[in-house]
Amino acid sequence: MTTELRGKSAIVGTGHAGFGEAHGLTAYDVMAQSALAALGDAGLNLSDVDGLFCTMMEDSMPALMAAEYLGIQPRFIDGTMSGGSSFVNYLTSATMALDAGLCDVALIVYGSNQRTASGRLVTASRPPAYEAPYNPRYPISAYAMAAARHMHEYGTTREQLADVAVAARAWAQRNPEAFERGPLTREDVLGARMVGDPLTVRDCCLVTDGGGAIVMVHADRARDFPKAPVYVLGSAAESSHRQISQMKDFTVTAARASGARAFAAAGVTPADIQAVELYDAFTINTILFLEDLGFCAKGEGGAFVEGGRIAPGGVLPVNTNGGGLSCVHPGMYGIFTVIEAARQIRGDAPGIQLKDIDLALAHGNGGVLSSQVTAILGSQNTL
Amino acid sequence: MQDAIGPDQFFQRALAEGEILLPKCDDCGAYHFFPRVLCPHCHGAAISWKQAGGKGRVHTTTVVRRKPERGGDYNVCVVELDEGVRMMSRVEGIAPGEVVIDMPVTAFVGEAEGVPAVLFKPSEG
Repeated sequence: MTTELRGKSAIVGTGHAGFGEAHGLTAYDVMAQSALAALGDAGLNLSDVDGLFCTMMEDSMPALMAAEYLGIQPRFIDGTMSGGSSFVNYLTSATMALDAGLCDVALIVYGSNQRTASGRLVTASRPPAYEAPYNPRYPISAYAMAAARHMHEYGTTREQLADVAVAARAWAQRNPEAFERGPLTREDVLGARMVGDPLTVRDCCLVTDGGGAIVMVHADRARDFPKAPVYVLGSAAESSHRQISQMKDFTVTAARASGARAFAAAGVTPADIQAVELYDAFTINTILFLEDLGFCAKGEGGAFVEGGRIAPGGVLPVNTNGGGLSCVHPGMYGIFTVIEAARQIRGDAPGIQLKDIDLALAHGNGGVLSSQVTAILGSQNTL
Repeated sequence: MQDAIGPDQFFQRALAEGEILLPKCDDCGAYHFFPRVLCPHCHGAAISWKQAGGKGRVHTTTVVRRKPERGGDYNVCVVELDEGVRMMSRVEGIAPGEVVIDMPVTAFVGEAEGVPAVLFKPSEG
């Protein structure tokens, strides 16, 4: 995205469904309930939607399936699959499509029933041929090896990783929509069952059901809707690899590039951001992304998160809904970073509502630290 | 052209015969892995095969925890060969938790999931 697209589109509706356990529902049911919720939030109907941005784990043409299920015939679709970052990526393509007049109402939507359907992460992707024989547990082995390398190079500790999970839980405890709200201490995380060294099960995201949806329109008409518009000030992507064995530097993600371009497009800096919503599939993610997005220097992420510094009342509000670690994680969490960032700006966050939020960052991660997409959202005041 | 084989098959066939061959770009001289029809560094399409030296170091490592009745814990790691390429593998001959970053390792052809695979053991001395 170039700076020419700054503020050209706005989120006018958000919605979600099936958080936690969506008994008896298919992934497409959850998707459709999410769509209805977001359109209701925007005061629109499904018949108004002419741009559809969707991917799911369920089959190879999920955007077509979703359109068929919803009973719409969109004139623009984007089903680009870059994993959990896809939905942050759609902010860019939706903005382009809206600004070019290719569609008037863009619906970004996702749904999953992975918890009640199978109880484990559902993935449609095949194990990479040159990795599969070694039986890595997908995706945790990849993230565990990134964490191991970060610990080796920078002295990051398991305690610091644990503090990411503890902070996420503290936010979740104040969010009635969050799935895991019980107490969680550093000792609980460290003492939990080891899954892939150095990560315990409490260093890992939840496995839940859930769906989310976002309605976007061109900025020219964004003030005609019931809720305060949230503008896309900048969004940018970078992809670095597909297989973890091909990642050039296990301690530096493409978020460094996506973040720099998103900040440049928005004309703001990390110091301006008031709420940070990161894709925290594993505790190491939060540390890597805080570093790569410029909230702290490379190697200092461990110290940055230590002892409640990103928890409620800390120095930087990170994952204010509880994140994928404690709020919801239906397989691809990316859309929820955007929804929480938008709600913080609108002032209707479900949990702790921060005061006077004008600028928030949403960051999506896809694959095995493979695809990084950063979006910077702002209120009317930031235009 | 029924006998034609691509880079993936060429690598796998050599492996089945106990040889580890690495693709090397004729244009820029860099090795790459996995095998493919072009060089990912300079994008040249002239690729030759070289016998791997077999020496490398563990770049990063993890232990996949698994219940004993299902086979127990095992190592998954990424090794960087002296040729400069990295591959996923595992180190055998020591406990999975004793595999550490920067450990010198030596490649051998073994079996993983019933197929020939490049495996590693700790280098001696």
